Amino acid sequence: MMEAAKKKELQALAVRIRMAALEAIHSLGSGHLGGAMSIADVLAVLYGKEMKYNAADPKWPERDKLVCSKGHAGPAVYGTLAVKGFFPYEELKTLNRPGTRLPSHCDRNKTPGVDMTTGSLGQGTSLACGMALGEKLRGRDARVFLIVGDGESNEGQVWEALAFASAKKLDNLVVLLDWNKRQLDGWTEDVYPMGDYVAKLEAFGFDTVKVNGNDVEAVADALERTRQAAGKPHAVILDTVKGAGIQEVADTAMNHSLPVSDEQFERWTAQLKSELAALEG
Amino acid sequence: MMKVVYTGEMDPRLCKSVLGETIPALAEKDADVIYLDADLMSCIGTAKWAKANPGRAINCGIAEANMVGVACGLASAGFKPIVHTFGPFASRRCYDQAFLSGGYAKNDVTIIGTDPGVTATMNGGTHMPFEDVALYRALPGATVIDVTDPTMLISVLGQCVNRPGVKYIRVGRKQYAKVYEEGSDLPIGKAVTLREGSDIAIFACGIMVHEAMQAAGTLAAEGIQAAVIDMFTIKPLDVEAVEAWAKKCGAVLVAENHNKFGGLWSAVSEVLAQKRPVPAGYVAVEDEFGEVGPQGYLQERFGLTAAHIVEQAKSIIAKKS
Ligand SMILES: Cc1ncc(C[n+]2csc(CCOP(=O)(O)OP(=O)(O)O)c2C)c(N)n1
Ligand SMILES: [Mg+2]
Repeated sequence: MMEAAKKKELQALAVRIRMAALEAIHSLGSGHLGGAMSIADVLAVLYGKEMKYNAADPKWPERDKLVCSKGHAGPAVYGTLAVKGFFPYEELKTLNRPGTRLPSHCDRNKTPGVDMTTGSLGQGTSLACGMALGEKLRGRDARVFLIVGDGESNEGQVWEALAFASAKKLDNLVVLLDWNKRQLDGWTEDVYPMGDYVAKLEAFGFDTVKVNGNDVEAVADALERTRQAAGKPHAVILDTVKGAGIQEVADTAMNHSLPVSDEQFERWTAQLKSELAALEG
Repeated sequence: MMKVVYTGEMDPRLCKSVLGETIPALAEKDADVIYLDADLMSCIGTAKWAKANPGRAINCGIAEANMVGVACGLASAGFKPIVHTFGPFASRRCYDQAFLSGGYAKNDVTIIGTDPGVTATMNGGTHMPFEDVALYRALPGATVIDVTDPTMLISVLGQCVNRPGVKYIRVGRKQYAKVYEEGSDLPIGKAVTLREGSDIAIFACGIMVHEAMQAAGTLAAEGIQAAVIDMFTIKPLDVEAVEAWAKKCGAVLVAENHNKFGGLWSAVSEVLAQKRPVPAGYVAVEDEFGEVGPQGYLQERFGLTAAHIVEQAKSIIAKKS
């Protein structure tokens, strides 16, 4: 059980991440809103509690690393990094602008705090395995957190990577599967049903739990558990809602990429602000 | 029938809508045509038709290499698969499957890669293929096409489904300048002369055809007569056209939305080197990766505008003896 104050702090951070991602996407006019919103809570737990990092020294070798393999959720990652001071908050408005450090998909060579380049779905999974193996071979106790989309898990490479992680006993790797039940063409059940992720990950040799991925406390508890080096890699299936945190977005069936009007932006920001005020008192 | 109607105006049709109409139309005309996509049906307007025709349209999920392998298997069962995903995933991601399960095993498939080069705009560097043509050119027996306008898209798609080998079609999803009258037939492998000229021959493909036509207008105002040839078929290349125009103009410029290595510039240079060496140059991407931004910015950034063509054309002409 988490202290009430810590829980509120993480919830507030999640709201701030949503506001920041929304601001970045609105500044452009449209973007991958659904998949950014579904991971705001796990990002809050990672950067508000679980990961060790130094915003002033983003390349500190001992840090824990994040691979957001569903690279199109970049705006959520950038929102988190901006809130945590990796770069000026105002820079969020340069999303996708000519010469930006914040491209639509995560880029380790452009954004301070982004640990790996992603965007071609599936590739981040193998990269994360190599990074986790690298930490071990270097004798560091840093961990690697890997966010994978459920649609992304259609890719064969994802399963090759998972098999590798298990074969090489990468217990410093934590796979966070964003089970938001939607991909680009709609519901995963209609497009490409993948079956039971818990059973699959267990069969692949992972220490596996499934939690409400939009509940910071549940996510924090699950991550707490992954700190024990179990001799096997960890998987947390995040049961989430695509668009979580902005009801209208969540209620829009095809919410992979959406335009955001000024009116929507203002209304949604006002809602998030009042949530924040309630949490921060 | 084929008629050039270029004025510089945009064709009102979006290529994604054209794909969304043409793929179902081909499938309805020929029971062997089958369409496969990798979670991008809603990006080219085929989702609704696919839902109503589950036996004719297969959503393979986000698993492009598997999709191409499956398409090749379907080809062996007598189907004529049309496969679609974004350009980088339609080329790099599934290349070995296209190469071996497709080309080598003689399973004929049509592969559509959308948003080639700078037309990937807001999806950025990870989604911006400047090398897809190079890859498919190196696949024996392949057909490689960079689409010029919506009319051509319809024409080449219809030909590709019945053509042997691996066919790769790169096309943006948005608007193109209108070059051909609706209903025109554009035979694969046959270059089209869009503008006559005698000082330099500009071979262009894809979005660069419009830039080349604009450039030719500017050059003409300065007294330079540039011919513009639409080289939409990069493989098999219209070798006779290259030879004839090199002979006539004595100078050649190639314009392409692709890395200078392995694309149309390479293909044309190979012919010039062997058959008719003349001063030549290119407007193409200087061996760089893509990046994010609006298309206008990216065309400037990578040197793919009419102004770049004008400048290059003059410096090539200056080398004529
Ligand atoms: C290899 C590859 N294929 C296709 C795409 C295009 N694409 C981007 S996001 C997406 C859907 C992703 O679905 P999911 O992983 O479930 O992400 P989320 O629901 O979290 O947004 C697709 C098909 C891509 N980026 N990479
Ligand atoms: Mg999803």
